[in-house]
Amino acid sequence: MTGIESKQLVETVYQVLQDVTDPEIDSVSIRDLGMVEKVDVDGSKATVSVLPTFTGCPALDIIQRDIVNAVIEVDGIEEVEVIFPSKPIWTTDRITDQGKEQLKQFGISPPPANHTSGEPWEIPCPYCGSVYTTMENLFGPTACRCILYCRSCKNPFEAMKPVANIGDE
Amino acid sequence: MAQDKALVELLYTLADDDFILAYRGSEWLGLAPHIEEDVAYSSINQDMMGHAAKYYHLLEELGEGDADELSHLRAPEKFRNAVLLEEKNGEGTYLEQPQYDWAFAVVRNYFYSIHKKYRMDSLRQSSYEPLSDTAKKVSIELQYHLMHWETWFKQLMTSTDEAKRRMTAAIERCWNEMGGVLSLGPMADEMAEKGYIASEETMRTKWLDHMKKTFEQIGADFPGEIGMTKGNGRQGEHTEDLTQALETLSEVYETNPKVAW
Repeated sequence: MTGIESKQLVETVYQVLQDVTDPEIDSVSIRDLGMVEKVDVDGSKATVSVLPTFTGCPALDIIQRDIVNAVIEVDGIEEVEVIFPSKPIWTTDRITDQGKEQLKQFGISPPPANHTSGEPWEIPCPYCGSVYTTMENLFGPTACRCILYCRSCKNPFEAMKPVANIGDE
Repeated sequence: MAQDKALVELLYTLADDDFILAYRGSEWLGLAPHIEEDVAYSSINQDMMGHAAKYYHLLEELGEGDADELSHLRAPEKFRNAVLLEEKNGEGTYLEQPQYDWAFAVVRNYFYSIHKKYRMDSLRQSSYEPLSDTAKKVSIELQYHLMHWETWFKQLMTSTDEAKRRMTAAIERCWNEMGGVLSLGPMADEMAEKGYIASEETMRTKWLDHMKKTFEQIGADFPGEIGMTKGNGRQGEHTEDLTQALETLSEVYETNPKVAW
């Protein structure tokens, strides 16, 4: 296989990964969530490096399975391996603009792009855009989400927790 | 590296602490003071179980055996968790008459989380790179746990007389065993010398200083010397509570350890 063909295969794998979604937030591609760190193709074997969002996320096994099922369909790929490297660490600034829009469609307020750990963060309602919102629970239905209430349009909603690297003092 | 006993002991300590406290926490599911707390506490336990799994996988990489077996098939005396973290939530069982003590849950988790914070601060600089990578990830999630338990702790301590009375009893109970949590066990010196983690003394001082500030803030008396009355879990000394917990949590696994999980 030539270098160009291999590069095209990598491109195709990336495209296919665009259709793999988080099973718990199925409006968003794992690529737009910033979970796909790298794709390598060696001959007919594809290796996909995926960054877990939260350590105890039970969706990882399903995501792994969905990636294998999707990538194995690519012409020229006969073997798929999914690895979860321990670095870099997934942070919420990896979410793309499109990913943020898709989160909103799901009723989830996306995390701010730049958040200083420990600081309060302003969370606009994904339905009406108001920031007149209150945090009901720092923890939500999944590890990465929290529960809020909009005082303007009276809707309960969720937000994705900001996750930033903690600097070393 | 695989033969490094100090590193292996440290990883067991880290894994078993999170594992057993997450298990005790999960026994609260459906019994927490209100439904929002059920959601929050479960989320925290899920994170902590995830942290334990990471450490068991690091042990697996060092040739200690399969992670699932390390968590489910080891004998109680092989566990390295602190005794305080294995203790029952209260009288009764999950299924029958659970008379669980919420003050104990709050104090135990708060004390432990503060210690875990200093532990992660230190481990982020660990000379063993897989461990420092893990600590960076854990730290991010831990800050949410800390915010949660600190809120509960301070609010209950500045609440009604009954809340204060129950909290004070729980503090006394946890204070008497906290020495076990802060202990690094018989290989403490070697762990520090090899740069895996800060010395026991350093972390003990940081924890005590933090507590002094907290007690000052809420206007409560500082309890004084911490203790370790029921044995040092880092040496495999445990109570019946651990045996019971392990029997319950490995009951399904043990019916057929050969099946895929």
